[in-house]
Amino acid sequence: MKRIFALLAVMALVVTACGSEGTTETTEAAGGSGTTEAPAEGIQAVANACADGATDGGPLNLYNWAEYIPTGALAEDAELDDLLAKFEEEHGEKVTQTIFNSNEDMLAQIDAGASYDVIVPSDYMVVTMRDADLLVELNRAAIPNLDANIAELFSDPGYDPGNRFSAPYQWGTTGIGFSYDAIDDTDGVSWAVLFDPEAAAPNAGFISLLDDTRETLGSALKYLGYSLNTLNTDEVDEAADLIASTNEWIAAFNSGSYWGLLTDGEFTVSQGWNGDFLAEFDRISEYDEDGNLTYDGYEDFGYAIPIEGSAAWVDTMAIPTTAEHPCTAQTFINFILDAENGGTLTNFNYYASPNEAATEYIYEEILEWDAIYPPPETMAILEFFLDLGDMNNYYADAFTRAKG
Amino acid sequence: MTLVDERETVEKEEVNPRLERRARRQESWRGFFHAAPAYVYLTLFFVLPLLIIFVFSFASRSNTGKPLLENWNLDSWARLADPLVRTIAVRSLTMAIANTVLCLLIAYPFAYWIATRARQRTRTLLLIAVLIPFWSNFLVRTYAWRMLLDSDGYITQLGQLTGLWERMLFTQPAVFIGLVYGYLPFMVLPLYAALERMDWSLVEAGRDLYASGSKAFRRITLPLSKPGIIAGSILVFIPSLGAYVTPDILGGAKTNLLGNLIVTQFQAARNWPFGSAISGAILIVMLVATMIYFRTGGRTI
Amino acid sequence: MTTLHQGAAAGTRVDRSLTVFGWLVFAFLYLPIVVVVVFSFSGSESVGRWGGFSLRWYDQMLGSEQLMNSLENSVVVALISTAVATVLGTAAALSLDRYRRWVGRGAFDGLLYLPIIIPDVTMAVMLLLWFTSTGVIPLGRGSITLAHIAFNISFVAIVVRARLAHMDPAMEDAAADLYANRWQAFRRVTLPLIMPGVLGGALLALTLSLDDVVITSFVQGPGSTTLPVYVFGLIRRTVTPVINAVSTLMIVVSMVLVLASLTLQNRTGRKTDSKETDQ
Repeated sequence: MKRIFALLAVMALVVTACGSEGTTETTEAAGGSGTTEAPAEGIQAVANACADGATDGGPLNLYNWAEYIPTGALAEDAELDDLLAKFEEEHGEKVTQTIFNSNEDMLAQIDAGASYDVIVPSDYMVVTMRDADLLVELNRAAIPNLDANIAELFSDPGYDPGNRFSAPYQWGTTGIGFSYDAIDDTDGVSWAVLFDPEAAAPNAGFISLLDDTRETLGSALKYLGYSLNTLNTDEVDEAADLIASTNEWIAAFNSGSYWGLLTDGEFTVSQGWNGDFLAEFDRISEYDEDGNLTYDGYEDFGYAIPIEGSAAWVDTMAIPTTAEHPCTAQTFINFILDAENGGTLTNFNYYASPNEAATEYIYEEILEWDAIYPPPETMAILEFFLDLGDMNNYYADAFTRAKG
Repeated sequence: MTLVDERETVEKEEVNPRLERRARRQESWRGFFHAAPAYVYLTLFFVLPLLIIFVFSFASRSNTGKPLLENWNLDSWARLADPLVRTIAVRSLTMAIANTVLCLLIAYPFAYWIATRARQRTRTLLLIAVLIPFWSNFLVRTYAWRMLLDSDGYITQLGQLTGLWERMLFTQPAVFIGLVYGYLPFMVLPLYAALERMDWSLVEAGRDLYASGSKAFRRITLPLSKPGIIAGSILVFIPSLGAYVTPDILGGAKTNLLGNLIVTQFQAARNWPFGSAISGAILIVMLVATMIYFRTGGRTI
Repeated sequence: MTTLHQGAAAGTRVDRSLTVFGWLVFAFLYLPIVVVVVFSFSGSESVGRWGGFSLRWYDQMLGSEQLMNSLENSVVVALISTAVATVLGTAAALSLDRYRRWVGRGAFDGLLYLPIIIPDVTMAVMLLLWFTSTGVIPLGRGSITLAHIAFNISFVAIVVRARLAHMDPAMEDAAADLYANRWQAFRRVTLPLIMPGVLGGALLALTLSLDDVVITSFVQGPGSTTLPVYVFGLIRRTVTPVINAVSTLMIVVSMVLVLASLTLQNRTGRKTDSKETDQ
């Protein structure tokens, strides 16, 4: 418990420091629409008129990352509530979930006009979408849990001051998941095992990187000693060239299934997100009829944040202007922000929760877990992603070059 | 079709020119009437979208990637000269050509065998046996190789046992195998059709004139089966060039071909105008190639 | 059918190597499919390992609402797009084969070839841009159906045209001589004669629609995904043995389609083929 408060204190420093930077950036990038006006009158008006708990038809189209919300067979196996089914029970509207693997894929779909009611963009993507008038401003009256349950730390973040357009969902870190056959210990792991030809050689052909512009370029930037929000084109080019040079020993770029491929043996070293790895290592653990551990996944696999530093990020829930059921969407967001549901969420996907009220429902072992709630010294080397304004396209092109 | 022509010349001598003109106008109207629904549909859902792609390729790129219909420029087209595009284009072309050649080398003896060595009844059975994988979903067939090539897969294990290869999945050879497997039936069927329709008495004649087996093949069978070879090659080459699913599933997002490059522009790379330009460029190349094929006397499939 | 060269005595070595090669190719064609089908009955959670006979994956497949929903979408889209494309495509084929001079004929002839030579990805992209810019049709089942019709018309037209080329046009004249009007001539004479072609084209359209991945994934909307696109998503996310079960299902469907097509072609074709002159 004490750790959590120390952690929150450090995070306060980190997030608000980034926060002020973020605000300046966005006002500049948005060019005049600093206090963003609510877009698309029609849907905004509807959203503003929604009462708490109201629904305006369904099914609710949820656009989410893979295995991020407990539902179906996986929820059953973990013996946790199927949150989508629970929502249907409590509010009478079905939820249909579609999966995406990267923020940019999701952006492209929304930009193209695909109609989703709730989307789960990451922090920096909220800025991009808000500036492009793709998000509906949230009606606080319809989402009381947003003010009531969210930890102070996340209630006024730099990427979305006042949480006007987004509600924090989960937060986590990026690092390296590996088999203990490939790397001995979680201490002293470096990005070099992905980027340096000598360090990567023993695992050549079994290494994977994330298929994500910001994440993959970010880790390369961190390895080279730069900020992962740098606006310096030379630094970005250097990172892109570094990634291009890994072509010989990288097996694949994968954001959507790397954790399963790691435990299957297709990869032995993978760049990825903490929750994905940790949940998977638990899933492959086996128990006998009495509930005793017969095989511990954590004996064979581990997760570490490299010594050069890495990314920390916040995923959020937002409502795009293409939504058809804004009232149901807001009720859903409120539902997820409920204390008990927030706890179920973390217990399922092994990511840290920004929901303070949920703390009492989260498993002890998760709260104590360094890999999920990092200690202050780790938080110090983590950086949050910021929107890059006009440099967004430069990064995108650099990554395409690096992969090609 | 000679029958119709003959009839027309006969009628011309006997019929009133005014009736003739009216008949021709009626025919013109009827022909158009039959084609109209398809014509309209294709114009709406093919020609116009095609024009949009060309229009967008001259647009400028917004922060989210969507095209801004202002500041018209040639930037996207200029980018086609980028080394990245060149690398991927060369890779795609090489793969497509190699794929076509390999399919041809495998399919020809195979089709020849079915067309000439099997008895009538067996031939139908063999044809059915070829059609079943052909008609099976392309995705399923590619997935099957994903299964065979992953760490537990038999092919990989075979390679490890014989020491020939360590891993197969997510490599360029894997993509190549997937492409050959996926498009082989497209090569077999036209070849079989051409070989079956051939006049084999010509080969017999050649033999009568003291040609050896292989000479008869080279000088008679092979040239006569050329329409089949060309049809099959087109059916394999064109889709291979724009392949997307196979490199995606078997290549691990590492072996990027033109298809993947285009799709990326509309997703992670946030550059719709550039994606449009690449698509347009490929289409132009295909059009030119097809026109050349028809001009040099190629027949329809 | 002229008599085929049965192979002189000197050719037996060629014969044998051809036969061996032929069977090898068959093995190559069928190995992956057999593996998929066999392992769809494996109880193991790992895709490639055998874990005893079990039907659990079929269970899971039938119980998956998303999967069944995508199957439904696939079938509905395939049936509607095939029906429309067959009608439009047959009419188009007739217009080109029966009528030699009309305004815009040349352009139409060329236009029909475009959907065949255009790469999948290009067509997917341009239809996406089209639907989103005009905004008239929302991305969903409707947009998918419209897209499928667009590429199917050409394929149907080509198959029917090939069949029309074999048909003796004197038949229609004979019908006209016997006082049949155009519609009667079409319904009673032309249509039955080209029926194998029409059915072949329809079958091809059905297969192409059920098979399509790239175009569908671009123009689909939430909840309107089709089976192959859904499976594609599954493969990219987690390779679980459920995919084997779904694949087996799709293979069985293709087998049925192939047998159906061949039976139909044999039955209708035999009646008219006897009229064709031998080569």
